[in-house]
Parts: sequence; C-alpha cells; structure tokens
Amino acid sequence: MSRIVLTAFLPFIAAIILSGLVLWLLGANPVAYYTIVVQRGLFSTGGLQASATHMAAPLLIGASLIVAFRAGIWNLGGDGQFLLAAVVVAAAAPNLAGILPRWATLSLCLALGAAVGAAWSVLPALLKAYQGVNEIITTLMMTFLGVSLANVLVKLVFADPHTTVPQTRTLPVADRLPHVFHTTISSGLLVGVITIILVQLVMARTAFGLKLRMVGASQKAALHAGLPVPRLIFSVFGLSAALAGLAGAVDILGVQGNVRADWNPAYTLTVVPLVFLARLNGFAAIPLMFLFAILSIGGESAARRLGVPNQFTLVVMATLLILLGVSETLDQRRRNGGPG
Amino acid sequence: MAALLTQNFITALLLGAVTASIPLLLAGLGEQISEKAGVLNIGIEGMMLMGAYAGFLLAYRSGSPWLGFAAGAAGGAAVAAIMALLCVFAGLNQVVIGIALTLGVQGLTALLHHVQFSQNYPRLADFGVLKLPALSAIPVLGPALFQQPLCVYLAWLAVPALGAIFRATHLGLSLQAAGDKPAALDAAGVDVVMIRGGAVLATGLMAGLGGAFMAEIGAGIFVPFMTNGNGFIGIVLAMLARGKPWRVLLGAMLFGACLSITTALQVAGIDVPTDVIQMLPFAAVLLALVIFGRQASLPAALGVHYLRGAR
Amino acid sequence: MLSLQGVTKRYPGVVANDRLFIDFAAGEVHVLLGENGAGKSTLVALLSGLQTPDQGFILLNGARQVMKNPAQALRHGIGTVYQHSMLVPSLSVAENIALGGAWWRRPDLPGIAARMATICQDIGVTLDPAAIVGTLSLGEQQQVEIIRALLRGSRFLILDEATGMLTPNAAQELGALMRRLAQRGLAVLFITHKLREALAFGDRISVLRHGRLAGQISPERLAGTDHGQISADIVHLMFGSAQSAAGPAPVPAAKAGDSPVLQAIALAVAHAPPIDLAISAGEIFGIAGIDGNGQKQFAEALAGQSPAQGGHILLDGQDLAALTVGERHKKGLRYVTDDRLGEGTIGSFPISLNLLFKNLADRPFWRHGIEQPAPIHAYAEQQVAAFDIRTPSVDTPIGKLSGGNIQKVLLARELSGPARAVIFAKPTNGLDVQNTIATRQRIRAAASGGLAILLISTDLDEILELSHRIAVMAGGRLVGVVENGPDARREVGEMMSGLAE
Repeated sequence: MSRIVLTAFLPFIAAIILSGLVLWLLGANPVAYYTIVVQRGLFSTGGLQASATHMAAPLLIGASLIVAFRAGIWNLGGDGQFLLAAVVVAAAAPNLAGILPRWATLSLCLALGAAVGAAWSVLPALLKAYQGVNEIITTLMMTFLGVSLANVLVKLVFADPHTTVPQTRTLPVADRLPHVFHTTISSGLLVGVITIILVQLVMARTAFGLKLRMVGASQKAALHAGLPVPRLIFSVFGLSAALAGLAGAVDILGVQGNVRADWNPAYTLTVVPLVFLARLNGFAAIPLMFLFAILSIGGESAARRLGVPNQFTLVVMATLLILLGVSETLDQRRRNGGPG
Repeated sequence: MAALLTQNFITALLLGAVTASIPLLLAGLGEQISEKAGVLNIGIEGMMLMGAYAGFLLAYRSGSPWLGFAAGAAGGAAVAAIMALLCVFAGLNQVVIGIALTLGVQGLTALLHHVQFSQNYPRLADFGVLKLPALSAIPVLGPALFQQPLCVYLAWLAVPALGAIFRATHLGLSLQAAGDKPAALDAAGVDVVMIRGGAVLATGLMAGLGGAFMAEIGAGIFVPFMTNGNGFIGIVLAMLARGKPWRVLLGAMLFGACLSITTALQVAGIDVPTDVIQMLPFAAVLLALVIFGRQASLPAALGVHYLRGAR
Repeated sequence: MLSLQGVTKRYPGVVANDRLFIDFAAGEVHVLLGENGAGKSTLVALLSGLQTPDQGFILLNGARQVMKNPAQALRHGIGTVYQHSMLVPSLSVAENIALGGAWWRRPDLPGIAARMATICQDIGVTLDPAAIVGTLSLGEQQQVEIIRALLRGSRFLILDEATGMLTPNAAQELGALMRRLAQRGLAVLFITHKLREALAFGDRISVLRHGRLAGQISPERLAGTDHGQISADIVHLMFGSAQSAAGPAPVPAAKAGDSPVLQAIALAVAHAPPIDLAISAGEIFGIAGIDGNGQKQFAEALAGQSPAQGGHILLDGQDLAALTVGERHKKGLRYVTDDRLGEGTIGSFPISLNLLFKNLADRPFWRHGIEQPAPIHAYAEQQVAAFDIRTPSVDTPIGKLSGGNIQKVLLARELSGPARAVIFAKPTNGLDVQNTIATRQRIRAAASGGLAILLISTDLDEILELSHRIAVMAGGRLVGVVENGPDARREVGEMMSGLAE
C-alpha cells in the first residue's frame, strides 16, 4: 500500500512543488497561486461545479489514450480527432435541434462525433497495420492537419453568418446536454465517467480487451496465438479515435455550444502524464482528471488575478511526467535488486 | 494559371521556400543523427522551441544575431541533455520523456514570453543578406538561392559535412553500429551510452539552431508555440531520408515550399485563404508517408534502451 | 598466460562462478566443458570485460588485472567470439573490423583489407572485406570475428559455444582452425557443452559443474587414454552421480503406419519447393538441419500462423487450409515454439492466462466474452499439478519462472485437450539436464499415447535419440528421409554436409 502511495502521490506533490519553484523564479507567488487554484477550483460552489463539468472531455480523452496505450498503440492524434468531431457536431447540432426532439439530437450528435473521430484515424491505422509506419508521427501529423482543417471549416464552411466573429452557429442552451439534477454540472460528466469505467472493464475483464492487451504486450505472441493483428490494430485506432471524437462532441454539446476559430484546448498531450500516473487504469484516472480540472479552472482565475498565463499547467504536467518516469525506474531498480 | 509560371512567382516561391526550409533542414539533420544512433527523439519539437526562444532572447538583448544562434544551440542542447540523462543513461521511455520535454518547453517558454515580451512584442532588425557574386546573377534561381543571409549557406554546408562524418569517420561507423546493434559496438570497446548521448546532444544543438533561425530570420519575433510542428516534420524527413543527409535537404525544400506558398501566391495574384494553405505542408507530409512509408527503414535498435548484459 | 585466482561471481539467488582456479597456457586449445547452467557464460563475461568478479582476481602474464569493460579486455589482448554474432549487420566486414577507432579519424579500410588478406592466407580462410556482414553465413561471420580478434593483437582467444550453429563440416573446419591458431602461439579457450567436440578439438579439458571446477583432463591423459574411458570420466565429472545423461536411449521400434495423422501434400512455404510429409499415430518424425533453413517457416505454415503458397495440410484426413491457428489448435494440431519468451508466452501476463492463449473467448473461461476468474483459476491449478510446474501461484507473471518451468507451461498448453499432432521446435534448447530429460520423456509419452510428433531440432543427438524417421531440411526443402538405426548418424551427417555452404 505504501508503495502505491509513494509511486502515485509523491511525484504529483513533487511536481506541484517544482512547478511552484518555476513560478517563484518568474516573479509570481506560488503559494498565492495554488491558494487561488484550490479556492476557486474546489472550494467555491460555482468553481467546483465548473471543475466537475470540465472533467468530461479529459476523461474521454483519457479513455481514448488508455485503450490505445494498453494495446501498444501511440495514438497521439486525439487533438485532431477531438477538434474535427467538435466542428462537425457544432455545425450539425443547431440544424438538428430544430427538427428532432432533444434526446434524439444529442444522441445522434454524440454518435456523429465518435464517427468523425474514428474516421480521422483511418489513414494512420492503415499505414500502421499494413505498412508498419510508426504511428507517433502519422497521428501527430494528422493532428496538425486536422486542426488546420477544422479552422477552414469554421471560417469558411460552417461560419455563422449572423456574427462578425468567425465561429459556428451557437447551440442554444436549452438544446444542450442537460445539467445533472439541480447543479450546473453538465451531464457530459456522466458520459465521461460511465465511458471510462466501461473502457476499464472491457480492457481488464473481457476477451476482446485481453486480445488488445496481448497485441500491446507482444505482437509476436499475438501472432503465435493466432490473433488477427492487423484487424485488431485497426479496431484499436478506431475505438481510441472514436472516444476522442466523443470528447469533442461532449465538450460542444455540454459546455461550449459552438466552435470559435483558432480554438484548440489541446487536451491530448497534457492528459498523457495523468494516464500514466493512473497506470492506465480507468478507475484511477477519474480522481486524477478531477485534480486536473481543478488546476485548469482554478488556473484560469489565478491567471486573471495574478497574471500567470494558464500555459503554466503544461509545466506542471511535464514535470509530473518526468518525475513519474524517474520514480517508476527507481522503483523497478529497487524491485530487481540492482541495475542490470 | 499562367501567372504561376512567371519568373516572379517562382523566385518568390523559392525565396520563401529557402527561408522556411532551413529550420526543417536543421531539425531533420539533427534527428537523423539521433535516429542513426538508435534514439527516437520526440522531444525535438521542444528542443527547437527552446532554441527559438533562447535565440530570440539573446539576439534581442545583445543586438548580435550570432550570439542568438549560439544561445539557440545551447538552449536546444540543454533540453537534449535532459533527454540524454533520462533516456540514454537511465533508460526511461524515449517517447514519454520526449512528450514531457515538448510540453514542458511549450509551457515554460509561453510563461517566459508572457513575463518578458507580452507588453511590447519586440521585433528583431532584419538580417543582412550575402550576395554570392556570379551565382546570384542566374535568372530566376539566382536571387532566390544565392542572395541569402550567411547562415543559410552555413546550414547548407552542414549537409555535405554530415555526409562526410557518416561515411568517412569512425564516429559515423559508431553511430550506425549504435543504432543497428549496440551490443556489437560495446563488444568492440566503444561506450554506447556516450555515443547515443552525444547523438542526442547533437540533435538538440541542431534543432536549437533551427529554432533560432525561425525566430531571428524567419519571423523576427518569438511567439509561444511558434515551431508549430516543424520539429515533428523533421522526424518525418529523417525517417524518409534513410540515412542520407542530401535527402533531408530535398525534403526540407519541398516542405518549405509548401509552408511558404502563401506569399508566392499573393505575388502571383492568386487569393487562397491562409487556413487552406496551412494544411498543405502536413497533407504533403502524409502523402509522402503513404508513398514512401514502407521504404522508410529505421535502425534495428531504434527506441530500445541498451543495457550491457541484458538478455 | 592467463590465470584465474579464486574468481567468484554471484547473481541474485545463485553463485554462477565459485572460487575458480584455472590456468590457461599459450599454444594450447583449452576446452571448458559443462552443461547449461554450469557457469560457462558467466566466466566468458568475466574474461571479456563485460562483468567483474565479486571475489578473486585474474592474472595476466603474471600481473593482476582488472577489466572493467570490453575495451580494457581488448587492450589486454583478450579477444572473444560469442555464440551469437557480435557484428553489425548493416556494415561491411572491413568496417566491422575497423569499429572502435578514434572518432575523428577516417577508418583505414584499404589498410585493413590488406592486413586481412595476409592473416586470411596465414590461417587458410577466404573473406571479402567489402561484403556486408548481414549477407554472410553464420560460419563466415564467425571467421570475421576471429580475424578481427587477431588483427587487434589478441593473444588469448575465447570461442563461446562457437559450433552451435554450424554444420558438422564447418565445425570440423573451426576445430582445425583453432589448432592452427594455437600453433601460432595463441592461447585458445573453447567453450562447449558437447563432449565429442571437446575430445576432438581440445588439448586440455576443464569441466565446470554448478559453478565449480569439477576436474581437469591433462594433454598427456587425453593423448594417451582411450576416448571411451575419458568420456565416462568426463560424464561423471559433469553430472556427478551415476546419472547417464549423454547416452542415447534405445531407439524405439518403428511403428506400422495406418493412415497418417498429419500430412503435408506439396506444401509450398515462402519461396521454397513443395514439401511432402506424412506422420502416423505414435510416430516421431525428426527434422534435423542447421538453424535458419526454413524450419520455422515450415512449422508456422503447418500451425496456421502464416499462409502457405500452395498445397494441403491434412489432419486425420481433414484439410486445414481455411482454419485459423485457434481452430487448428482445437482440432488437435499443436505447436510448441522454440521462442519461449518472445512468442510462446507473454512475460507480464499470469500463468493462468498464458495457459489459455489459444483458447481465448472459449467457454467456460469466458462467457459472452467476459472473463470468468473461477474456472480459469481452477484449470490453471489443475495444469500446474499435472505438469509439475514450480511456481508460487497461478497468478504469477510467467516471466518470473525459470526456463524449464516456462517450457512446462508451453507443454501443458499444447499437450492438453484433444491433441492429435504436435510440432516441437527445439524443445530442450537452454534447459538444464533434468528438464531436458523430463521434456524428452513427455515427447516419448505423447507418442506412445497415439499422437503424431514432428520434432524439429538442431541438436542431432536429440533427433537420434527420439525419432523413428529422420529428414534433413536445407533451404526450405526436405532432403532425404532415413529410418533411425545404427547408420543414421552417418547418413544424416552426410545429408547435412552435402548441402551446406
């Protein structure tokens, strides 16, 4: 038990402290910063609900990464998949809302988002499964391409003709994802939590999940066991990308309502450290995404009040990832009884 | 369409292409060194960005662009040193650390920029060009290729220099052995960790120079996240070049042309929205990967940490 | 020339080398003999600088030396030729030899080629300096490594299990080469576990057992005494008790064939010519041959891992063409791979799941695709008991087990259920004596139980001990089939050498 605490919490706390040091060197007061973060993100009713709502997209992106990483696939294209799905959903939703009942529009758009995300992973999937091209590069390139394409779509194809600001038509609040009971928390949170739990169960307890994990652990062994490896690789890409697309749909339908030009929350790379910290376990990822949401929401407030831009979160995440890697290696060395 | 084939258009295109290609060239050559030695350096985007920031900072504060380049190289190498320590020496996963370094540099430089430059957004003075005597008189090509700042010619020189190092020195042999079969290199008495670590540092140095070029010459200014995938394109260039530096130059020029085609189109009087143009280089990269992907041969020991005596 | 003084090396849980005192003299081929696990590889690592002794020290020409890395060992004149090639496949012969020079200098390839030519002539070997190493045969690669050691001025040459991958002919040539090198004044240390080679090639034999020096046979004794007597003595030294390990079991009587259980009809694999093969119930068919001659591809085609280009595979008369690996496994065609760790198991997964590799999604272990821990656990416990697998629990990651126990898991998986025909690929590779014997027992038991066995092995002794009929595979095709009998060794050897190089 103490080992889990050490390898999970220690890096997180160390990352907070080290990043605080960076703040201090830049002339800001780290204590003040973190106080505002916690106050605003956790201890204020409005802020807490905002944090809870803001967990949804990272949860789904986290699910996307867990599926991929467990199968040994580096799907780093989440941002492109997310954004394109968001744009398509943002364009479709206002139109559908006028025709269909609310639940039908929402369900259809969620499915649409997932489909767009999956579609955006076809090329890297093909290249990997049949040509063996490294997917890190292909998915990254698809992200850059996707972000530009999304911009083109927002500015030129789906632009709202009634406003001067380049953005898609806004989905009226009444047509968005309903809130949870009497809070201001979007039900996107429920979608996120349920999805990541489902993902975890499938990966850990089903034959399908086992097959994916086998492919991730050893392609040779998977072949020996007779698994259809190219088909499985394809499925992994599709599933992972669909989840990222779903994240985009949830964010638009639950929070944003539209897509502005040059908007890109870029969750994927930022969430990677959290997913590893959770040891690729869906259950463990939930509290971590909550902490991340607090940092983001609280960080926005702190940005306004202290003048520290919210790219600071990137620094925290990067430090976390490095410290995590270090603690993992030290832990491994200790368990193996010395190097080599 | 005829407008596309005018001298002015082609010259403008080449001019822009050269400027855009140099960062890609330097990143690609740098990544090629790492790749040859068996390290997949995802952190190159971060190294480049750090170079851009450091280069701009020093060039602005000191007034000397060459000091800026030195700072850029040092900045990139510093980030690479972290990667060398954590991955080559300590054996951490290269992809994970590469992502972490890229994220960290992005956040850090954004913060620093906010603190230092967000009030006044300073610009650098234009760099002087060096006109090569006879060559710059060649029609169409001359003004584009041979009327460039000195650092461009120096970057071009890196291509044959690297080729010579790869082909004709023991260092080149050791690099190739480190990427193909590090155990053999170890048995031959060469320190694999030093070779790989050195390769990573060299990559950081070159990527840093590339970033500094982007900031000082390309844009004249530092903007957070300004490298915008150039480092990653550098990885693609290295992958497709299969060990030959001149192929990196070719690829860099091609992608550089894609990156800079907006200005040239404006000269030709063709109006295409910038956002569409921005898609072009990445679409081109993907196309190249589709066509040549299968042939991209990577060293056998790429990404695998070397542990003496590991079975 | 070189002397071990009380050298000891420990790894977690085992003393690999235990207070060794051995002298190696120049002009002599000194053979280090021992079974797998006796400590030979550790000793090589110590001598070549890959490891340092925990206790004791090494005397080189009378002076105490510490070698912290391979570079230092090389500087002291110790050259090592490992069992697995330590050459860079994408570089040429000359470039490989040049490896290790000052980093800014240009490699002197012409100079190396010239010096190579002299040495090659001296010792009777032909090699092209410009050839890319990846294209050379293993025997030639070994020659390159020997040349390289000589060019570096090695006076002490270590050959670690060098004949493992060679044809009998090539092994003979290597033995003669070692003799010539010793005559030139080198000290040659030849490591092997093959008794016959030790007697044929060595001047002096040291026997290692459980990390200790069990005994030595001096040159005088070797020259003077009958080899049969020495063999018995050595076996005693290697294995201690009255265990007769090297003696082949009596060849079982040939079985009359009914309709064959496993048949390959004009089976075309990769670019090799078609193969015809028929194995009856209770028969063990051995395929001998050097590694890398198409055995693995053949086995994989039979098992369904890779598609065949043409021809048929019949199991009990049924064509298997359309069936997947899992389906063939269920029909009774089993494949015990030689690559235990890379292919046969997944090290981080528990034993229980490894046992069910080829039964994924089957009832009762999975219902509607969902894992049922209780039946899986129960089945695993059952198998662990039946196959004597030593493990703390069925949930232990299989990578933590010893090689012998991992092999038992593979056997449990492939031999359980309705097995009809089993393909064994190098089943006792890397196993210690006890596990080797136990595995061979299982193979014999499976045959007597009515299964058809295809035994693919590079160990000729194993093939001769177990098989009813023997074929040789070279270049992907089956060359000749002989009945096992007193002449079999000679016949198989001829088949192998006739097509080698």
